[in-house]
Amino acid sequence: MANDEVILLDFWPSMFGMRLRIALAEKEIKYEYKDEDLRNKSPLLLQMNPIHKKIPVLIHNGKPICESIIGVEYIEEVWKDKAPLLPSDPYERAQARFWADYIDKKFYDSARKIWATKGEEQEAGKKDFIDVLKVLEGALGDKPFFGGDNFGYVDVALIGFYSWFHAYETYGNFSTEAECPKFVAWAKRCMQRDSVAKTLPDQHKVLEFVKILREKYGLE
Amino acid sequence: MAAGNVKLLGVWASPFVNRVEIALKIRSIESEFIQENLLNKSELLLKSNPVYKKIPVLFHDEKPICESLVILQYIDEVWPNGPSILHSDPYDRAISRFWAAYIDEKWFPLVTELRNAEGKEAKTAVLEKIYEGNLLLEEAFIKISKGKPFFGGDSIGYLDVVIGSLLGWVKAQEIMDEVKILDETKMPSLAEWDDRFCSDEIVKDIIPQPEKLVEVYRKYQESFYKK
Repeated sequence: MANDEVILLDFWPSMFGMRLRIALAEKEIKYEYKDEDLRNKSPLLLQMNPIHKKIPVLIHNGKPICESIIGVEYIEEVWKDKAPLLPSDPYERAQARFWADYIDKKFYDSARKIWATKGEEQEAGKKDFIDVLKVLEGALGDKPFFGGDNFGYVDVALIGFYSWFHAYETYGNFSTEAECPKFVAWAKRCMQRDSVAKTLPDQHKVLEFVKILREKYGLE
Repeated sequence: MAAGNVKLLGVWASPFVNRVEIALKIRSIESEFIQENLLNKSELLLKSNPVYKKIPVLFHDEKPICESLVILQYIDEVWPNGPSILHSDPYDRAISRFWAAYIDEKWFPLVTELRNAEGKEAKTAVLEKIYEGNLLLEEAFIKISKGKPFFGGDSIGYLDVVIGSLLGWVKAQEIMDEVKILDETKMPSLAEWDDRFCSDEIVKDIIPQPEKLVEVYRKYQESFYKK
């Protein structure tokens, strides 16, 4: 669609922002990327997401869409003729939405405990995190991607977190490969796609970023 | 309408189950209601929703669909008869989904927080947060309804179902705490919408009376603590 103006307000390490970057790349949509300074949020961000004041925000022809998974569905519905991310069967679509919602409910909080806390709380977070990975491995089964043969909605929802795994493993002191080899195989498969490889930041860069956060929290 | 084999696993007092009941009625889908026992969860529930072990679970030709918002969208997509539940325009859909997420993740949890808060000070603090949310919802209703009776326009839609299903429990909390959560002086448009929604043909036999919910809550507390 020519003459579409698409802007993405984002922050480079955000696994939620990555969802939108990947979806936009899959659909070959041209957009303007704006990296926010979260300690000094832009007037545009505060205007476009007054309720949560959070990134990412997708702005399409001046109209904001907030919440990353809602943004991915929007992109899917507007640019529906290119690289579909959701299956066409309603039952499969329901399963995809269920798993994206599960990731939103469970993944971030348990992962965060691994690098942002210590002691018992960190151990509990690590255990929950590995449990979540195992549930997701179960959902993946023997399929190459969550939706089956094709990269899709749930893969988009989840893969951004993979850029944080070096940080999780370093501070949590565990190996994902040892605990959940299927998950790692899936992630590497996703990384072979251009849209993912060009979107995900380098894991060492994320580790450096997390180190700075930990210093701020007095954990280093 | 004959829609294949449709079953709904739930309890009449659950607002999330009520959402599904309303959506099925909007699309005129006949279904079998399977009563669940939340104090002693059935094999069927544990098998069909192993991740959360929660109701509602919709079964369509024996295949389970879990999470009320996922179920609502499924009903909208699978049975295209009767008024649409979600808007057809992608931007309007995104706005509905945004507010549904706000309600489920921010606003309704405050009502639960209010229930669990102890002492007047704690309760007042939570109420203040709820009132802030109410103002946002009032504004959202005015913007989204565009002068029409419902969030969905002329008829009940996704956001009406998502928010409206919770009204029974909100009013039950008003009775239990002797406070006004839905203050019509501060949210006049939403107060009118509330009356309109609760008296609608489709809804009125589904959303339980607040007094009955208070009874249920008190009985549940007793059984829970007896265990």
